[in-house]
Amino acid sequence: MSTPAANCPSCGAPVKFLWSSAVQTTCEFCHSILVRTDVDLKKVGEVADLPPDSSPIQIGTEGAYQNKSFVVVGRIIYEYEQGGWNEWHIVFNDGTSGWLADAQLEYDISWATRPPAPLPAADQISQGQTYSWNGKSFAVTSRTHAHYKGVQGELPFEYWDKSDLLFADLRTSSADFGTIDYSENPPLLFLGRAVEFDDLHLKNLREFEGWT
Amino acid sequence: MPAVQAKSISCPNCGGPVELRGFAHTLSVVCPQCMSVLDASTPEVQILQKFQGKTQIKPTIPLGTRGKLGGTQYQVIGFQVRRVASGDDTYSWDEYLLFNPYKGFRYITEYNGHWNFVHVETALPEQSRSAGKFAMRYGGKTYLAFDSMTASTAYVLGEFPWRVQTGDSVACQDFVAPPSMLSSEATGGEITWSCAEYMTGAQVWQAFQLPGSPPPAYGVFANQSSPYGASIGSSWRTWLWLNVGLAALIFFFMVLSPGHVAFSDHYAYSQGVKTESAFVTPTFQLDGRDSNVELKIHTDLDNNWAYFSFALINDQTGQAFDFGREVSYYHDSDGSEGSRNNSVIVPAVPSGQYYLRVEPEMDTGSPFMRYELELRRNVPNYGFFGLAALLLLIPPAFTTFRRASFEAARWRESDYAPSMSRLTSGGDD
Repeated sequence: MSTPAANCPSCGAPVKFLWSSAVQTTCEFCHSILVRTDVDLKKVGEVADLPPDSSPIQIGTEGAYQNKSFVVVGRIIYEYEQGGWNEWHIVFNDGTSGWLADAQLEYDISWATRPPAPLPAADQISQGQTYSWNGKSFAVTSRTHAHYKGVQGELPFEYWDKSDLLFADLRTSSADFGTIDYSENPPLLFLGRAVEFDDLHLKNLREFEGWT
Repeated sequence: MPAVQAKSISCPNCGGPVELRGFAHTLSVVCPQCMSVLDASTPEVQILQKFQGKTQIKPTIPLGTRGKLGGTQYQVIGFQVRRVASGDDTYSWDEYLLFNPYKGFRYITEYNGHWNFVHVETALPEQSRSAGKFAMRYGGKTYLAFDSMTASTAYVLGEFPWRVQTGDSVACQDFVAPPSMLSSEATGGEITWSCAEYMTGAQVWQAFQLPGSPPPAYGVFANQSSPYGASIGSSWRTWLWLNVGLAALIFFFMVLSPGHVAFSDHYAYSQGVKTESAFVTPTFQLDGRDSNVELKIHTDLDNNWAYFSFALINDQTGQAFDFGREVSYYHDSDGSEGSRNNSVIVPAVPSGQYYLRVEPEMDTGSPFMRYELELRRNVPNYGFFGLAALLLLIPPAFTTFRRASFEAARWRESDYAPSMSRLTSGGDD
């Protein structure tokens, strides 16, 4: 699935894509944010040093969900007042991509989904409201104001340098998970499942001192 | 990538080293030297709280201890004492934060020697009702509302993936389906659901390989499994089978051993035929050891009664057993009363030659009555079977009673306790 390497327009280091549809990646060496154009890679910015984080997942981590294997190719790190979380960009062996969220080691897997009904506006959504999607009742469990803390690796879109982002998380009685991302207009909907670590069959994880 | 290193910070209050076990997940940590609560989320460590009281509390499971629960190794990295004040009543429980760098965070709670292993849930329980009680449906189980309270953090040690402070308080609600308990905690409008599984002290000691023995458990805990829970159904099942056996025994005696007929004859009675209605039967032999004798009376009475006086008399010794029986049978369009038949059992009759003296009596003007007397030796005593049936009731009734007392003890601690038990327990806790 990986495509031939290009070179970083900033430092000349080889840049390899794990996912052929990646729109953006970061240079491992000079931390430049690179966006693919029709002809070459264009530097659009530079990532600051990644904040220390202790997710066991890293770029290159492999796993399987519902018998479909996937590999982690990129991530967005978000920060909010009570900590931070990682949205790992995962690419399945059929070329589709999804997101694996790791919020203090609570994991959710989700996919961009066309909203079954028009989504509520940012100022209209509040905790406790329920929305019926695909025959399931999704309840809004939190509204989170967050901001980008960093990006790494391949992403399906260009890096947004938005200072404040609003997310609404929703859950059902059967462990379904949803997020409305209000950084776009109209907002984006991601639907998926809350998952246990063991459900993901992860390999090539980070190691932790003192833990085997 | 190299292994993630555990890091250590310096306490900005006392300068002492503070070891972090939760890697970058740790947002706050208590300095073990000066007990200040520190914000460890940024490189510039801030003091969140300087002083949290004089008392030093030593957790039963020391910080840093590792144990295996559900096949996963966890390390104790944080400890809280959480206090509830309801009216004049104040109580507290201990809460240990467990960490595994892959599987995440779990909790262990302890109250009066009762332990629970707690997992934060990501699916939402649904409101429900059960037997008129407020309840929650979750994971195919129904959890009954148990209590609600405001719990505040009274003491903290170690580290937490949130900014902890003493005085933090949350509104909690507990729902029970022993051995599980579903709890909600509401902070700032956000509700977190968790599910706890009851553990005994021995199981906790085993999991963490702790020295010595666990503290004894007092009372009955909200989601403690009833030791009579599983046995109550089985004890009544056993009771049922024993009764089937008993019925088979009765049947066996009735059909195969109905006693030996020593004497039997048919008679007719009519007033005025004889001035003296009493008569004696021919003698008959009663064999064997001292044993009972049953005399059965079958009549053709119709809307009438008769009274029989009997004497069973030993022909050789003259020893007499006197007894009497009334037979009455009435019926109309509404139904019937009494029976055409009656019987009497005479216990402990020695062997020998006997005869019966019979004296029937009826109302004057009564019509003719035919009757049959049948005397059996050594009949099975059904009263004995009745007693056996009663004795068989004891174990299941006892189990049922013990279970009911256990449940009463559980629900006495609940906000939803029946009002009577709440009144009776009000003074002593």
